[in-house]
Order: sequence, then structure tokens, then C-alpha cells
Amino acid sequence: MDLREKIGRRGAKLFKNGDLVNLGIGMPTILSNYIPAGLKLTFQSENGAVNFGPAPAEGYEDPYLTNAGAMPLSVLPGAAYFDSSTSFGLIRGGHVDATVLGVLEVDEKGNLANYMVPGKIVPGMGGAMDLVTGAKLVVAVSEHTDKSGASKIRKACTLPLTGKAVVDVILTELALIRVTPAGLVLEEIAPDTTVEEVVAKTEATLIIPEGGPKTIEY
Amino acid sequence: MAKVITADEAAALIQDGDTIMVGGFLGIGSPGTVLDAMVKNNVKDLTLICNDTAFPDKMVGKMIVNKQFKKIIVSHIGTNKETGRQMTAGELDVELNPQGTLAERIRSGGIGVGGFYTPTGVGTPVAEGKEMRVLDGREMLFETPLKAKVSYLKAVKADKAGNLRYHATGMNFNPIMAFAGETVVAEVDELVDFLDPDDVHTVGVLVDYIVRRGR
Repeated sequence: MDLREKIGRRGAKLFKNGDLVNLGIGMPTILSNYIPAGLKLTFQSENGAVNFGPAPAEGYEDPYLTNAGAMPLSVLPGAAYFDSSTSFGLIRGGHVDATVLGVLEVDEKGNLANYMVPGKIVPGMGGAMDLVTGAKLVVAVSEHTDKSGASKIRKACTLPLTGKAVVDVILTELALIRVTPAGLVLEEIAPDTTVEEVVAKTEATLIIPEGGPKTIEY
Repeated sequence: MAKVITADEAAALIQDGDTIMVGGFLGIGSPGTVLDAMVKNNVKDLTLICNDTAFPDKMVGKMIVNKQFKKIIVSHIGTNKETGRQMTAGELDVELNPQGTLAERIRSGGIGVGGFYTPTGVGTPVAEGKEMRVLDGREMLFETPLKAKVSYLKAVKADKAGNLRYHATGMNFNPIMAFAGETVVAEVDELVDFLDPDDVHTVGVLVDYIVRRGR
């Protein structure tokens, strides 16, 4: 099982039946491939749709119907379209149950940085700041370390923040970490790692629960 | 009654230095014929209010490549490398807004509200220099309204009264921008005599001019 499948499979189990879910662009969209059978979710696209489906067959695309990455969508029963103010009313207003976003840095306080590296890449925050502010459950998904091997889970973020104390769960290929007032709790680890390895690869201090973390079930 | 004009006439409604709003999300639901006419007439030093700058070869992205803006107020520029290049080179002033904040600033500008307090952006660079208040136990920051000289919209259908109907995610910022422009131009795929009143998304009293796509 590769890194993305691990994150996808565990992440998809964080949702509850009936949740309205908004997945960020990139790694977060992997979760949609692993929704457990029987779990009924409604997905929102920030550009103004709910209950959309995958890209239609070639030649059947509707030029006016895309996801937030400008890729074509299809519609499912129960679909609805709405304007941007309504879309962000759903998001900011607390009507979205869960959002999953990518990470540049996340830290011990649940701070998230994922929208710019000053002087290098400045794509902009799009809807991310509203999502981390309004969604009831904020899940940050990431490779545990960056390409140089440095931990993406920091003591304190150094990049400009997308949100202050907003992340509830950090999910990587190695671990599921919950952000609590006491700090980061290592709740679950992957079957092919150890507490020692996770701690060694994490800059932030991890709280190990009594009896040790559970093993992630994929 | 909205007046039917050409794309060139719609582009000529603005002069150098004006502020415009342009509907669309990554170019979906943007008025392409009018934007192409603006590239052709080469009006300069504009301020753009739009969700994003699309792609270098699409919609408002072409105006970026043609260097027609001095300032842009947007939520995202990652799909147009030329925007980032101009920003880094100091040629373009980029004001990044959270998308929901951008939408609500536009809505406020159009509906006569003097701004609003929002939790979005608290503790981030967005909060710098903004008035803060604790409301309902939650930190919030104050955001001001946005208005434009002309709002350029895209709809699929208009009727002779200027009533508009959008389609799918092509709706996005268009309905709120219809309120926030001193003058409002809607490019449409189809012009009909009457829309069923139940089908109207934007009431025609807001719309000054209609441009038919491709004309």
C-alpha cells in the first residue's frame, strides 16, 4: 500500500454518516476513492456545487460544470448549484462537517501553514482560510516528512499561517495525531512503523497515550 | 430594459485606471468575448476584482499577460504563472483575500452594507492592520466593502429586461458582482424575449448592457 492509499483509507474513515465534506485540491482528493461502503456523504465544491460526481466520459463534459481545479464534473441525484457567497456561507457558517487540506507546515498548537512560501511560491489561499475557520472537523493530510527528510509537523510553524489553532487531526502515512489542548497526541500508528520511528521523524513533541498508540486499520 | 451592445462597446465603457469586477472561477463563467475585446483595446492600469487570474491563455488571464492591471484583488493566483512573475518583479500589486471574505466584501459593496466582522484570517497575514473585535466570544476582524466602475458578468441566458440565468458552477461570483458595479454588463450565450420569472437568478433591474457571446 503506497503513502497516498494509506492516507486515503484511514482519512475516509474519519467521516460520519451524513457529513457535508469539502476536500482540498491535491492529496486530500485521494480520500474520495476510499469512502467505506454504506457511508453516505455529501461533497461540496467551493466554486458552487454539492452532490457532484466524477468527470464524465470524454465528449460529455459540460463547460460550465467543473470542480475547484477547473476539471469537469458530472452530477448526481440531489445535486445543487449556488453562488460564491452561498458557498462560503456554508463553509464559514459552520455547515460543513469536515474539511481535508494539504500541509506545508502544521504545529503543536494546531496552526496550519499551506498557502505560501514567501519569495518562492505564492499561489494564494483560495478558500482554505474560510474552510479551516468554519469546518467542524479540520483534517491536515501530509507526508510525514518533506523531500529533505525534515518533519512537516513542527514545534511552531515558520511560514505565514492559513489558520491559527484550527487543525483537529493530522494524518500522515505513519500516524494519526490528534491536536488537543495538552498538545499533540499520537493516537494511532501505521502497522509498519514504531513509536520510536514516528517520534524520531517528528519535530513537535508527541504525547504517547497510556498503553501506547493503536495500530491503524486500513 | 438592458441595451444590447457589442463586445467592443462593452470594453470601451472603461478607461485607464478604472476598477472592474469580472465574474468567473478559473475562467468558468467569465465573459470571454468582452475580455478579448479589452485585450484588443489595450486599456491599462486597471484594478481587477476577480476570484483568480485564470490561466495565461484563458479569460482574464490574457489581460494579465497583456499587463493591463496595476492592482488585483483576488483569492488565488496559482494557475497563472505570469501573475506570480509580475508580482515578484514588483510590476503588479496583488492583494490576496480569503475567497469567502472576497465574496462577502463584494456582496457588501453591492447591498449597501458598510463592511462586516469575520473570523476568517484571524492570526494570519490577512489580519495585519485590520480592526479586531471579540464577538460572541470569538476573535473577528473587520473587512470593508468592494465596488467597481463596471462589473463584467457571464450568464447563459438573458431576456430583454436584462434578467439573467446562470448554469452550474458558471454562476460563482456573477450574481453578487451584479450588485457591486456602477455599470453592469452581462455577456450571454443566448438572448430570449422572456425568461420565466421563476428561472431568474439576477434581476434585470441591475443589468445595464447585454453582449451576445462572439459579437
